[in-house]
Amino acid sequence: MFRRLYPHPYLSLFLVLTWFLLVNQWKLGSLVMAIFLATVIPLITAPYWPHRPKLNSMPALLSYVALVVWDVIVANVQVAKIVLFMPRDRIQSAWVRVPIELKSPEAIALLAGTITMTPGTVTADMSACGRVLLIHSLHAPDPDAIRDDIKSRYESRLKRIFE
Amino acid sequence: MTVALDIILSILLVVGGLFGLIGSYGLIRLKDRMQRLHAPTKASTVGLGTALLVSMFHGLMIGTGFSWQEVLVMIFIFVTAPITANYLAKVHLHSRHYDGQTPQTGVSTDWATFDQTPEDAEPQLPSRDS
Repeated sequence: MFRRLYPHPYLSLFLVLTWFLLVNQWKLGSLVMAIFLATVIPLITAPYWPHRPKLNSMPALLSYVALVVWDVIVANVQVAKIVLFMPRDRIQSAWVRVPIELKSPEAIALLAGTITMTPGTVTADMSACGRVLLIHSLHAPDPDAIRDDIKSRYESRLKRIFE
Repeated sequence: MTVALDIILSILLVVGGLFGLIGSYGLIRLKDRMQRLHAPTKASTVGLGTALLVSMFHGLMIGTGFSWQEVLVMIFIFVTAPITANYLAKVHLHSRHYDGQTPQTGVSTDWATFDQTPEDAEPQLPSRDS
């Protein structure tokens, strides 16, 4: 019953939170509206998102987000340095292919987003079968090191969270 | 207290503005299409992030209270920025400008942008239970 009414419990929770952030006030009326939205929106969108993603550990996901936020700040400083000080001809851009072991679409999307946000890398494409990511790196004297870094730093954590 | 907060927020604003400027400068300075994608996607994140952070705490100073809506803006920026970057990268790939430079997939199928096989009505995603 609960499962049918709330196909995505985390989405519902997030919608409640989103609504309260939007109204910016803690009132009972907002809670009613929030619960209404948290029930209706997941029900309407459920056909587009048939499977419920497996989430092993919420704290692990939150610590992953904290890690990524920190990396984003570091990434900004690094890219700023390259943009400002590195001579144009010495910037060695490279395409890197990263084979991924993740199976869950949500985890792959999160990994691709993380790669784009962090040090000098942008996710450009994915193989049609979903097993390899194509990444463009702004400055990569050693493309293999970037691949290994992504696999050990992000993918292993996501694997523990989602699979 | 308010003076200290005032100074911290001012510094944050200046830092954010600098990052935004560097991101835009990167657009002119970098020479390659894909390289130019790096500067704005990242530099603007911290630039925007600090501006929103300042906006959140500014309410405390002028007495209207801490503002939570900026948290939402931040979440949506962090979620949508990679998707924009991905779409732009796909456009660059699709324009055939990087033919011969991109590595092979190493698996049986090509990169999704170039994949010619007709799609099933139900897309075959990697199965969840394995």
